[in-house]
Amino acid sequence: MDKKASDIIEHLSPLERKIIPFLKHPLKKIVGETKLDETSVIKGLRFLESKGLLSLSTSIRKIVDLGTNGVYYKKNHLPERQLIHMLEQNNHLPFEEAKKLSKLSDNEFKVSLGVLKNKGFITIANGKVALNVAREELVRRTPEEQLLEMLPLPLEHLSEEQREVLEVLKQRKDIVELLEESDVHIKLTPLGEEFAGKEININLIEEITPEVIKTWTKNKKVRKYDLQASVPKLYGGKRHFVNTSVEKTRKIWTDMGFKEMQGPLTDTSFWVFDALFTPQDHPAREMQDTFFIKDCTGKIKDRKLMQNVKEIHEKGWNYVWNEDVSRKIVLRTHTTSLSARTLASLQEKDMPVKFFAIGKAFRNETVDWNHSFEFYQTEGIVVDKNVTFVNLLGYLKEFYNKMGFEKIRFRPSFFAYTEPSVEIEVFHPVKKEWIELGGGGMFRPEVTIPLLGKAIPVLAWGQGLDRIIRDVHKIKDIREMYANDIQELRNKTV
Amino acid sequence: MANIQFNRKEFEKHLKLDEKTIERISLFGTPAKISEDHLEIELFPNRPDLIPMYGFIRALKAFLGKEPGMKSYKVIKPDRNYKIKISPSVKSIRPFTACAIVKGLKFDNERIKEIIAIQEKIHATLGRNRKKLALGVYPLDKINLPISYEARDPDKIKFHPLGSEKEMSGKEILEDHPTGREFAHLLKGHEKFPVFVDAKGKILSMPPIINSAETGRITEQTQDVFIECSGFNQHLLNKTLIIIITALSDMGGKIHAMELDYGKKEITPDMTVEKMKISLDDVNKTLGLSLKEKDLEKLLPRMEYDYKQESLKIPPWRIDIMHPVDIIEDIAIAYGYANLVPVVPQIATLGEESHESQAKATLSEILTGLNLLEITSFHLIKHDEMKRMKVECLELEDSKTEYKYLRPNLLIPALRVFAENKDHEYPQRIFELGTVFSVDKKRLTESGIQENDNLLVAIAPGNFTEIKQILDYLARTYNVHYTLEESFVPGLLEGRSGTLYHDKKIIGYLGEVHPETLQAWNIKMPLAVLELSREFLQPK
Repeated sequence: MDKKASDIIEHLSPLERKIIPFLKHPLKKIVGETKLDETSVIKGLRFLESKGLLSLSTSIRKIVDLGTNGVYYKKNHLPERQLIHMLEQNNHLPFEEAKKLSKLSDNEFKVSLGVLKNKGFITIANGKVALNVAREELVRRTPEEQLLEMLPLPLEHLSEEQREVLEVLKQRKDIVELLEESDVHIKLTPLGEEFAGKEININLIEEITPEVIKTWTKNKKVRKYDLQASVPKLYGGKRHFVNTSVEKTRKIWTDMGFKEMQGPLTDTSFWVFDALFTPQDHPAREMQDTFFIKDCTGKIKDRKLMQNVKEIHEKGWNYVWNEDVSRKIVLRTHTTSLSARTLASLQEKDMPVKFFAIGKAFRNETVDWNHSFEFYQTEGIVVDKNVTFVNLLGYLKEFYNKMGFEKIRFRPSFFAYTEPSVEIEVFHPVKKEWIELGGGGMFRPEVTIPLLGKAIPVLAWGQGLDRIIRDVHKIKDIREMYANDIQELRNKTV
Repeated sequence: MANIQFNRKEFEKHLKLDEKTIERISLFGTPAKISEDHLEIELFPNRPDLIPMYGFIRALKAFLGKEPGMKSYKVIKPDRNYKIKISPSVKSIRPFTACAIVKGLKFDNERIKEIIAIQEKIHATLGRNRKKLALGVYPLDKINLPISYEARDPDKIKFHPLGSEKEMSGKEILEDHPTGREFAHLLKGHEKFPVFVDAKGKILSMPPIINSAETGRITEQTQDVFIECSGFNQHLLNKTLIIIITALSDMGGKIHAMELDYGKKEITPDMTVEKMKISLDDVNKTLGLSLKEKDLEKLLPRMEYDYKQESLKIPPWRIDIMHPVDIIEDIAIAYGYANLVPVVPQIATLGEESHESQAKATLSEILTGLNLLEITSFHLIKHDEMKRMKVECLELEDSKTEYKYLRPNLLIPALRVFAENKDHEYPQRIFELGTVFSVDKKRLTESGIQENDNLLVAIAPGNFTEIKQILDYLARTYNVHYTLEESFVPGLLEGRSGTLYHDKKIIGYLGEVHPETLQAWNIKMPLAVLELSREFLQPK
C-alpha cells in the first residue's frame, strides 16, 4: 500500500477496522457480519467517509406493515373470515343472532357485512343473512388476507392490485400502517475499493493507560485520531457579564485614585433626599416614583446633623421640615446616599479625598425594553478645598475617556443638590450621535455645610451603568441583562 | 424635566431660529429641537420663568446679547375696587393667594392656547399637580370687583363649572365632574371648600379644582383679565403671579396691582428687586477661572441680571436664586460651558476597592473554579413566590410591577432561574452573591432593616453529598469551621437538610430541595442548595 493508505491505517479506530472487511456489502449485511449494532456501524461508516473511503447517502423508503389490529387479525383471521366460518355452520340467520354468534364487536360485524356484501359472498334479505357462493370460493384466501400474510413490504414492491387492496385496508382501523425507513447506501471511492474486504491487522494502542506508559517501547504505535472530529460541548464556570462590566468600571475608579464606598440599599429618606437638599414635597419623593417600604420607620441618629439639615431646608425652600417624612424608608433611588453618608463621616484632616460607589439603585417603574425598576449606578466625589468646576470637567473628561468615549461635551444641567451642575454628552462611536450619559456638579453649600461643617468644595458626578453595559454587549432589551438565561450565559463571549 | 412646545411662527416674530441660535439655546441649558411648526425645549424645574414663551424669549434676548440686563415692568397701583378680601375661613384649607389685573390685551386663538398651556405646565411642575399652587385667569368684564376669597360648605357652593352642562354643588363636582374627580384628593378631609366670589356673589372658581364656565373662559373678545394664584406659600404665589403677568405684559397688557386684605394689607404683585453681593474671588474660586470685574459686568446681564460694583439685582421672576452659587452657575452659562477648559488637578490619593468588593471577587474566582455559573437576579420578588415559600418579607408600597417584596433569601430568585431554564442543558450549576433583607430586630441600623450579604450555590441535578462537598471545599479554602444540625428548612427536604452554625451563630443552611417545592416551581430536576452569609468566608 502507498503512503496515503498506510497513514489511513494508522488512523483507523477499532470500529472502522471491524467494518472494512465487509465494506462491499450493504448496511444490513455489515451489521450482521460484524455483530455490531446499526448505530455503531453507521458511526464507523461516517468515520470512513471523512477519511475518503466512501460516501454515504440516505434514501427514505415507505414500508407497509401490520397495524395493531393487523397483527391480531393475522393470527386470528380477519373478522369477515370469522363471520364466514360462523355462517357456514348456521346459514340464514337473523341479523341479531348472526352478530351474537359471530362474537364480533358492533363495528367489526358491520364492516364484515359490508366487505362480504361487496364481494357478493352474502345476501341480506328479510333481516336475514345468507351465504351466497360455493364452498370452493369461500375457502380461497381473499386478496386482503393474502396481503396481510406478506407484510411487511416496501410500498414500491406492491403491485397495482395490491395497492388497491391496501387502500381498502387503510380505511379500516389499525390493520395496516405506513412506516418510513431510511436506507443508508454506501458508495465506495477508488481508495475505498482498495480497502474493502481486507482484514486490517495492525497492532495500535488505543488509550494511553498507566499500563501502556509502564510498558512503553520505541516500536509501539498509537492509533492516530481524526483531529477534525467534533467533540461533545463543555461549559465552564463563569462570572455574570454584568458583574464583569461592573468590575471593569471599578478598576477605572481605583486607577484614578478613588476609594470605594459601600452602604445600604434600603435607607432613610433623610440620607437619600434630605441630606441632599431635596425638599420634602419634591416629586422624586412620591410613591409614584420611589419604592417605600411598608410598615417601616427609621431613625436619624445624628440629631445635630438633622437639626442643621432641617434649618437649611426651611431657610432655602421656605416650608416646615418634618422629621417623620425623613424617617420613611426607601430603596435608594441613587447611590448619592452613600456620598452623603461618607461626607458626614469625614474629618477635615482626611482631606483631600476621592471616593466612588457602584451599586444598584431603584425606581418604581414598570418594566419594558428600556426601563427597569432596578439598575446599576456609579458615582464619584472629590473633596478638597481647592477644587473647582473646571477640575470637575477635567475628571469627567478623564473618566469618560477611560470608559471608552473619546469625544465628550458639557451642557448646563440641574440637580437639587449641585450648583453649578453639568450634563455630560458623549459622542457615540457607533451610533455617530451625541447622547446624554451622566450628570455632575459641585454639591451645594446647603449640602456641604450640614454634612462637612463648612462649605468645602465637593465635586460629584454619576450615571447609570446599564446603558453602557448593554452597549458593550450589544443588548437591545434591558430585560436580557437580568434574564439569567443559562444557555446565553454559558455561550457569552468575552 | 418638562418639555415645552412653542409655536414656531409666533416665536419667530421675535427671534429668528437658525441653526446657530438653536445650538446657543442648548448651551443656555434648554436643549432644543426644531420642527416645521414648533420649537421644543427641555426645561429644568428650577426655571419656571421660562415656561411662558415670552419669558423664554426675554431670557434668550439677554443671553444672545440683544437685550442684556433686567427688563423692567411698570405696575400700576391698585384702583379703588381692586381688592381681594381673604376670609380667615380659608386659613386651614388653602390659606394664601396672589392676584393681579392685566388690561388692554388682544387675544387670538394662539394666545389663548398659550395661556392655557402656561397654566397647565405651571400646575404640573411648580404647582405639584395643583397641590402646592394653582392659578386661574378670568375675563374681567364678567366680574364685579372687589372679590372675596373664602371657604364655604360644599353643598352651598353652587356654580356652573367648565366642562359641564349644568350647575353643580361643590360636593357634586368632586364626585361627578371628571376634573373634580381627578383632583378631589386635594380637598379631601376638609369640611369647607375655598371659592373666589365676586361682589355680586357670583362664584368665579373653586380652587384648585375648577373655574366657573361663566367667568372662567378667555375669548377673543377678552381685553382685561383677572389672575389669581392660590396655595400655601405667599412668596411662591407672588413669584408665580409675576411669571404670568410679565408674559401678559409682553403680549401688550398693562399690569395693575391688587390689594389683598388678610386683616393685614398686602399688595401683589410685589416686584421688589432683591439684591445680592457677589464676590469676584468666590466666582473664580468656584469656577476655576480668572475673570475680572468687567467680565462680570458683561456676563451677568446676559442672564438678565443688573450688575454694578459687586451689587447684583435679581429679576423678580427668578424663583431659584437662594445662594451666590446659583449666580455663579449663571455666570458659567453666560461664559459658555463650551469655553471652559477642563483641568485635572494633581490630587494624590490611593485608589482602593472596598473590602466587600475584594472579598466578593476572591470568592467568585473560587466559585467559578468549581464550575459554577454566576447569575445576578433582582432584589425584588413576586407575591406568589413569597406565598409559595411561606416566608415573611418586607413589602413595598404600591409597586408598579408584580415584584412587590424585598427578597428574604437568594433561594427564591434561584428557583425562578431554574424554573425559567428548565429546557436548557443539564447539569446546571449556579451561584449568586447578593443582598437579602429582613427586619432588624436588634434595631442596630437606622432603617430598621437588616441587609445581609449572602452566597447561594445550587446544582441541578444535585444531591446532599455534592452540595456538602462544595461547602467543605469552601470551608477548607477559607480555613473556617462550621457545624451542621439537621433541622427544618422551609422548602427543603427533612432529613436531608440542616442549619449551618459558626460560633453558635446561624450562618446559613444547605440540603436537597423538597420534591413538593420543585413541583410547585415546575422544576423537573433534583436540586441541592447551599445559602450562607458571606461574612463566614473572609479572606485572611
